[in-house]
Parts: sequence; C-alpha cells; structure tokens
Amino acid sequence: MTYLRPDFRHPDAPTNDLGYTSKDYEGALSTLCAGCGHDSISAALIQACFEMSIEPHQVAKISGIGCSSKTPTYFLGNSHGFNSVHGRMPSVTTGANLANRDLKYVGVSGDGDSASIGLGQFAHVVRRNLNMLYIVENNGCYGLTKGQMSATTDIDSVNKSGMVNEHQPIDLVNLALELGATFVARSFSGDKEQLVPLMKAAMSHRGFAFIDVVSPCVTFNNNAGSKKSYDFVREHNEATSALDFVPMKDEITTTYEQGSSQEVTLHDGSVIHLTKAIKGFDPCDRRAAIKAIKDHNERGEILTGLLYVDTDPTDLHDMYGTSCKPLNSLKEDVLCPGNATLQSINESFR
Amino acid sequence: MDIKTNKKGANVDIKKKENVDFFHQVVDCQYACPAHTPVPEYIRLIAQGKYTEAYMINWQSNVFPGILGRTCDRPCEPACRRGRLDDSEEPVAICRLKRVAADNKDEISTLLPDIPKEKNGKRIALIGGGPASLTVARDLAPLGYDITLFDEQTKGGGMIRSQIPSFRLPDEVLDEEVNYVLDMGISTHFNKRVDSLKAVLDDDYDAVFIGTGAPKGRDLDLPGRTEGEANIHIGVEWLANVAFKHTDAIGKKVIVLGGGNTAMDCCRTALRLGGEQVTVTVRSPFATMKASPWEIEDAQHEGIPILDNHVPKEFIIKDGKLTAMRFEKVKAEFDDQGNRSLVPLDEPPVIIECDDVLIAVGQSNSFPWIERDIGIAFNKWDMPKVNRTTFATTLPNVFVGGDAAFGPENVITAVAHGHQAAISIDLHCQGQDIKQRPAPDVTLLSQKMGVHEWSYDSQVSNDDRNIVPLMELQEALKNLNNEVELGFDEKRAISEAARCLNCDMQTVFTEKKCIECDACVDVCPTKVLTMTSKEADEQILRNKLTVPAKNLEQPLYVSGDLATGRVMVKDEDLCLHCGLCAERCPTAAWDLQQFTYNEATACDNLAHKAD
Ligand SMILES: Cc1cc2nc3c(=O)[nH]c(=O)nc-3n(C[C@H](O)[C@H](O)[C@H](O)COP(=O)(O)OP(=O)(O)OC[C@H]3O[C@@H](n4cnc5c(N)ncnc54)[C@H](O)[C@@H]3O)c2cc1C
Ligand SMILES: Cc1ncc(C[n+]2csc(CCOP(=O)(O)OP(=O)(O)O)c2C)c(N)n1
Ligand code: SF4
Ligand code: SF4
Ligand code: SF4
Ligand SMILES: [Mg+2]
Repeated sequence: MTYLRPDFRHPDAPTNDLGYTSKDYEGALSTLCAGCGHDSISAALIQACFEMSIEPHQVAKISGIGCSSKTPTYFLGNSHGFNSVHGRMPSVTTGANLANRDLKYVGVSGDGDSASIGLGQFAHVVRRNLNMLYIVENNGCYGLTKGQMSATTDIDSVNKSGMVNEHQPIDLVNLALELGATFVARSFSGDKEQLVPLMKAAMSHRGFAFIDVVSPCVTFNNNAGSKKSYDFVREHNEATSALDFVPMKDEITTTYEQGSSQEVTLHDGSVIHLTKAIKGFDPCDRRAAIKAIKDHNERGEILTGLLYVDTDPTDLHDMYGTSCKPLNSLKEDVLCPGNATLQSINESFR
Repeated sequence: MDIKTNKKGANVDIKKKENVDFFHQVVDCQYACPAHTPVPEYIRLIAQGKYTEAYMINWQSNVFPGILGRTCDRPCEPACRRGRLDDSEEPVAICRLKRVAADNKDEISTLLPDIPKEKNGKRIALIGGGPASLTVARDLAPLGYDITLFDEQTKGGGMIRSQIPSFRLPDEVLDEEVNYVLDMGISTHFNKRVDSLKAVLDDDYDAVFIGTGAPKGRDLDLPGRTEGEANIHIGVEWLANVAFKHTDAIGKKVIVLGGGNTAMDCCRTALRLGGEQVTVTVRSPFATMKASPWEIEDAQHEGIPILDNHVPKEFIIKDGKLTAMRFEKVKAEFDDQGNRSLVPLDEPPVIIECDDVLIAVGQSNSFPWIERDIGIAFNKWDMPKVNRTTFATTLPNVFVGGDAAFGPENVITAVAHGHQAAISIDLHCQGQDIKQRPAPDVTLLSQKMGVHEWSYDSQVSNDDRNIVPLMELQEALKNLNNEVELGFDEKRAISEAARCLNCDMQTVFTEKKCIECDACVDVCPTKVLTMTSKEADEQILRNKLTVPAKNLEQPLYVSGDLATGRVMVKDEDLCLHCGLCAERCPTAAWDLQQFTYNEATACDNLAHKAD
C-alpha cells in the first residue's frame, strides 16, 4: 500500500520559456477529500503559472484557514507561502506586498474565511486595491469543520442533513464591485477552459483581482438540493463570454468573428480576448456588471466569466508613493539617509 | 483500434474478446512474450520471496524457466513500459528475474502434474528433442498420451544443449529442466536419426510432430576454402563438437566470421579453448549487427575485438595450410528505397593472420528425410507448408514447430509453437476441429483493499536497472564450464522486482459513476487522462489529448458518454499503474483491477499448487 506520487512525468510533457515542465509548479500531493473542487483550482493555478512562465520563486501564496486555505501546500511547491490565521489573509498579504512589491501575490481563501470571520479584512483589501490575485474557493459551507452553512450559502439551498438555508447570502462578487474592485470574475472549478485564462489575466492585472470560484465540497455540499453541487452549477451556469488570454509578448494569431468579440488590453500590454455569449455585455462597465449579476441571480442562474475590469487602475503603491524597490533590497545609505535629511524632515513639521 | 469497439461499459465483460484483447495489449511484456508468460505476476511473487510459486507460473507457460532465465532472447524487455518512461530508463530485467525464481525455488517434484498410468490409447511421435518437441511432450503426457521421441543427439535439449555454451548455461540447469519433461514417461530414442518420415508414419502413430530445428550452418565458398578445410569450421558444428566433447582445443589465432549470436558464442568459446587472439569480423556496420546487444557486450567485456565493415574475400593458404584471411573494407550506402549496399572503400585489403576460422554466417533448414510424395506440400523455400495458428502441415496428422517451421528463431518461440502444436494434436486425436482454438483463461478483479490500500505495491520505484554481477574475468576464462553470470542476489532481486510497474493492474472506468470532478485528470502524474468532447476520428482524438498520444502501438481507452456528453480518454502508453486516479476518485469510477491472462495449453492447470 502506498499513497505517494511517482516521480515520473510524461517524457513528452511540454516545457515553458524557462525550460520548466508543469512538475516544477506542483506541490505536495493533496490531502483534501478525493474529488474536492479545490484541487481542480490548484491544478488550474499550476497550469496558469506554468503557461505564463512565472518563476516559482517570484510568487507568494498567502491563505487563511479552511480546506481552501490548506491548498497552497498542493501547488507551487517552490514558491513562498504563509498560511495565516482565519480571515486574516488580506492583512498578511498587505504587509508582505508593501514590503516587497516585486512578488506576485496569490491569496487563497474560502467563503467562510472571507465572507464570515474575514469579511472586514476582505472589504478593506478591496478598497485599497492591493496588487494581488484574491481567490475565494466558494463551496457554500465550512468544509474543514464538517460542512456547516456559510455566509455564501444560497437561499433555499438544502444541506446534507436536510436543513434549508433562510438567511440572505453574501455575494462576494457584488460586494467587491460595490467596493471598487478593479478586476472581478466568477468561475467554476470544473471549467478550466474558463478558469485558467481568467487566472492569467488576473495575475497580469496591476491591482486587486478577485475571482470567486464556485468549488463543490464533494463531502458536505454536493447533495441534491445544494446550490453549489457539481450538477447544480453545471446546469445553471451562464458565461458572459469565452475568453482567451494573450500575454504581452505574444502576437495575436487567432482570428475572431467580428461583432461578437471584444479585446481588452491590460496595463502591461497583454490582451484578453472575449468571444461574447451575452449580447452587448461590456466588461468595462461596472454598473452593467452589477445589474447583469443581479438579473441572473433572480433567474436562479450563475453568471460566470470576466465581469469587470479597469484597465488603468491605481494600486496601493501608486496611491502611497512607496519605494519602488523591495525593502529587503535597500542598502543602509538609502534606509538611513543621514542627519541632514532628518533635519530637513523635522524642519518640515515645524 | 476502432474506438467504438474498445469502449468499456460499466461492467467490463471480460468474456468479450475485444475487451480481452484490449487489456492483454496493455501488459506490454506479457503481450510481447511468444508464450505470453504472466510476467508482472511472477515478478510480484519474487518480490515476496515466493520463488517456488514464481517458478511454477513460468514452468506452466514457458517450460524452461531456469534455461530461459539465462538465455532467453527476451522480446519482453524491449516492450517493457519502463523503458519508455524517459530517455535514461531501461526495461525491467525480466529475464534475469526469472533466473532468481529458478535458482531459489524449493524442490518442485511434488508440484509437477501426475502422469496417468492408464494411457489414453493415442500414440505420438516427436522427431527432434529440442524445446519445441519437449513442450509438446510436456503438454500431452499429463493427458495420457503415449509419447516417443527420436533425436540424433546423445541427450535431449536440441540446440540448447549442442549450441548454448556451458559458461552461459550450466549442464545441471539444462538437465534438470529437460528431465522434468522426459521423466513424464516419454520413451526416448537418442542417437537415432530419422531418415524417413514415411517410415515413422508407417508405424501408425496418431500424430507426428517435427521439431528438428534449423540444423545446417551456412558455409562460405571463398578461394582457399577446400585447401584450408582442416582449420575452417562451420560455427554450429564446431559448437556442437565442443558441447559433446569431441573438440577441446583451437589454435591461438582465431577469426570468427559473422555478427549474430552464434558468432558471439563461437568467439567466447574459442577464448576458453586456447584462443589468444580471437577476432570477430562483420560485413556490415556495427550498429546493424544481428547479435543481441547484451551478447555483443559480453564478448567485448572479454576483450574480443569486433571489426565491422570487413567483407571476407579469401582464405590465404601457405604450404597447404591456412595462415590468414583477406578482407575488403566497405561502407554501407542506402538508395532511395532504403535498400542497403556495401560499397568497397578505396583502401588496401586487410590481412588478418589466423590458425583457425569459425564460420558463423547463418543457419538453414533441410528436410532430406521427408519424402516429397507422402502428402506434405513444400513451399518455394523448400520448407513444409505450415499453418501459423495450428502448426499443421498438409498431412492432417503431421505438425511442425520450432525452428523447423519457419526458420531459426529462439527457444521461447519454439516453446510457444510447441504449446499450439500440442493443442492441435490433442484436438486432432480427440476428433475435433483443430481450427477451433481454446480461449485463454482470463479474469478481471478489483484490487482495492481499503483506504489507500491496494493488493499490490503501487509505489513506483526510482531505482535504475540492476546489473547482473559477473564472475571475475580471469576466473571465468579458465574453464568452459564456469558460469559467467552470477545472477542477482536477494537485495538486487528485490530492487529489480520493485521496478516493475504492475501493468496487469488495469485501470477500469465506470462512466455512470463519474461526476466529472477532474480529480483523476489533475492527479495523474503522466497526464494520460483527458476528459474531452467526442471525436469520431481516432487520430484527431489522439492529437487533442493533454499530451498528444503519439505511440500508435498503444491503444486509447475511450469511455462511453459522461453526463456532460464528453468522454474520458486514457492513453495507455505511459500509465504507471500507480492507482492515483482511483485513489483520488470520490466515486470509485476508476478502479484498479488485476487482469490475469493465461494462454490456453493442452494441459491447463494440471500442475499442483505450491504451499
Ligand atoms: C550458437 C547458438 C546459440 C543460441 N543461443 C540462443 C539463446 O541464447 N537463446 C535462445 O533463445 N535461442 C538461442 N539459439 C536458438 C535456439 O537454440 C533455437 O531457436 C531452439 O533451440 C530451436 O528449438 P527447436 O526445438 O525448434 O529445435 P532444436 O533445438 O534445433 O532441436 C532440434 C533437434 O532435432 C534433432 N534432429 C534434427 N534432425 C533430426 C532427424 N532427422 N532425426 C532425429 N533428430 C533430428 C537435432 O539433433 C536437435 O537435437 C541459439 C542458436 C545457436 C545456433
Ligand atoms: C479564529 C477561528 N475561528 C474558527 C475556526 C474554525 N474554522 C476552521 S475552518 C472554518 C471555516 C472554513 O470555511 P471556508 O473558509 O469556507 O473553507 P472550506 O473548508 O470550506 O474550504 C472555521 C470556522 C478557526 N480555525 N479559527
Ligand atoms: S471537506 Fe469538502 S472542502 Fe474540505 S476537502 Fe473535503 S470536499 Fe473539499
Ligand atoms: S494509474 Fe491512473 S493516475 Fe496512475 S498513471 Fe495510470 S492513469 Fe495516471
Ligand atoms: S476522479 Fe472519478 S468522478 Fe472525478 S472525474 Fe475522475 S473518474 Fe470522474
Ligand atoms: Mg467553504
């Protein structure tokens, strides 16, 4: 008997621009329940980082508490990581980001972690437009503590023991839009074709990028009557558009049909190409996005895809005019500019 | 393979031939073995120290485990999946593991099948006592057949005895395994050459099996051949003379002509009988030599130079005695069709001095003793017409197998022929249609024992292929009977056995159970699983898999429709049988099931079980 992953990979496995294979982006073998949606999200992150040729040591994974928050162990094993306290991932990420703006920050949280105990932290990291990818692995329950209903459990959703939820759910996507998030998307763990390009675009966005990923809890919330089960999500999921992500360095080679497609160029020059499924939907229109989400919600549908993006955002570093270099690279002469400078600062307060 | 026909439904019906064929093909080694020996099964038994059981599985399917564990041509090894895992990976040392079972087994006489005292009234004649005939005898004797064997040699074993030198195969091993068969009450007539098939048929045998091999060594008719006769020997004849102790010395300077396995045995034997400067010359480039790579390696290890691109032109005779040979140097050139020709180089001829020459440039069949008017049709190569499935000739009660059937091959092929011929002889003698072949014995059984627990060791070892230790060179060369290979010790055997990927542990999919959560696809280390839309054209499907399935010899496993209308596709090529897909599947839609495949033989399951 064993439960170990073999070292062998496919000999024809592709390599990226750095000469790495996707094995270089893997983490430890998951200890989550077999079939958990969260594992698919980890796999999507591995694929996205591999395909974008991101240096693993240039990434920091930060999380709170929950099954979702455990997942950073299962991807990017060569990256930095901080498994923090319940609901406190945003503040730890804010600190890390202010200290070293050169890293890519991937925050992983759950619906319990972000919409209950961490709701305050969530709200503030959004309005500060911290440059990070914030993923909520949303299973509508507290998986780790055995499936209690969470603040995102949908109204009328039935849990495994037959209880019906009567509380209004918090829709983190709407909340993020209201609070001024500059990149907002929703996706489904079972749809990597949508999730992977969304992750790539989110990591290329300079500012706060939020992806709410519906991710079924196969053990506690995949029953009939649940609104976050594999079957329910597959049946009620409508995408705004199919999307392709074209990194800045690549040329656009695919030809797209006129009229139904739209190109969104991000701050770093990379392009999100959208082939629209919903006529007239414009991902640069915040109000329209809020309306579309509400309309779908009323019809019992889940709107997925890229919902809103601001292509020229001002992130927290821009606002504060912070050091453009990571603090750990600053030498003594910069950190301690001498008596004359101190005197002039003091003078300015008189 | 037609993707529509290899669809695996919820409950795989293992009685269906298409399913049997599919799973059979996945077990690369067993599939490649002419006798379809259940390789992974016996390797697992070796890993558990159950040598006797491992031996008996081999004995049932290949009759000569101790012999083959030292000498087999091992077609299983190039087929081994392990060799495909990456550039530096080598196949599992399947052959030498077989020897481990043979060397370490307990007494097996009580496990051998009972031979009925009361015979079934049918008499069978076997002409030739090589592995093909002995296999027929082994399969038929337990059924009560009265069997008579004729061979012109003094002892049984055929070319295994006359050709394979004792430094590769000790006499005791050969005698032991030949005697397991002969002791089944076979009446043997050694030193008896059959000169007329008609005479044998006139003795009213119910069936006759011809297993006379390919006994004639080819000659080279070059200038000086007749004058040098005393010191020019046909390789296979010379090896037989050494084996039967008619020859025990050779000159100091020896040239061996030829690049096949016979040449390798000739040069190494010469080195042990007094040869000091032994040289092998080959007409073609080194890379295209016929000999098995390991036999070439062994000869080189003993310091024997192999000169390639040397075409022999003349035996040089001085004062009526052979003194040297003249060669012309060539290079290989290929035309548009890829046909090779050896083009002479503009270089002076090469003269190599010698006392003796051994000619090892091929073998051929010859049947002067089969009358051409008794109903056996011959083909344009003057060989009897033999059916490739039944091994029958055009005379209903005469069968041919081994090297005699389609030209020189190897021991394991002779064994495989023998099994099939025995089935035909049995059917023929029982008045049944020999074309109705018995089906193999197959089972498919889940191996899940509990959480993270499989009946087999699913962990994939990272060990490199273990090297078989050799006797110290000087010691090895001292005596023709010193076995060069020492075999694996227990530690190496366990390490080598652990390298096996257990390819008979099949991944079996039940689409009705799958909830399309992606867990299996994500966890599979070699990324051989893909869930995708259906595709009528297999090539298109192969190209759109996560890693395109380029090895067309390996089948695709394509499921029926999933709930979303997609299908689960598995490229069998590089599955490690690690079981992680089943381990991570929440619904047990994937399961690991052992596929056992035992080729039918005339004497199925007659051996007693060990323990
Ligand atoms: C030098 C050499 C080395 C080899 N090494 C290997 C090896 O390492 N591994 C391997 O797998 N294979 C090896 N082979 C090939 C292997 O020996 C043969 O393929 C195999 O023995 C064929 O078996 P068989 O039963 O068809 O016939 P054989 O083994 O050739 O037996 C035929 C028997 O029939 C007898 N016979 C022939 N005509 C008559 C007759 N008219 N009357 C009575 N008896 C007759 C012969 O004396 C002989 O004993 C080697 C061959 C040679 C020449
Ligand atoms: C301060 C604190 N309060 C409560 C808990 C108990 N707790 C652990 S995980 C969890 C909820 C996790 O839910 P979610 O973030 O949705 O993660 P999931 O397991 O569903 O992925 C709770 C309440 C805790 N660990 N720490
Ligand atoms: S309890 Fe639910 S969320 Fe946690 S690992 Fe299991 S399936 Fe995933
Ligand atoms: S057993 Fe399953 S997980 Fe392992 S290599 Fe084969 S298909 Fe992949
Ligand atoms: S893990 Fe099981 S249920 Fe999930 S996709 Fe694979 S086979 Fe289907
Ligand atoms: Mg949750």
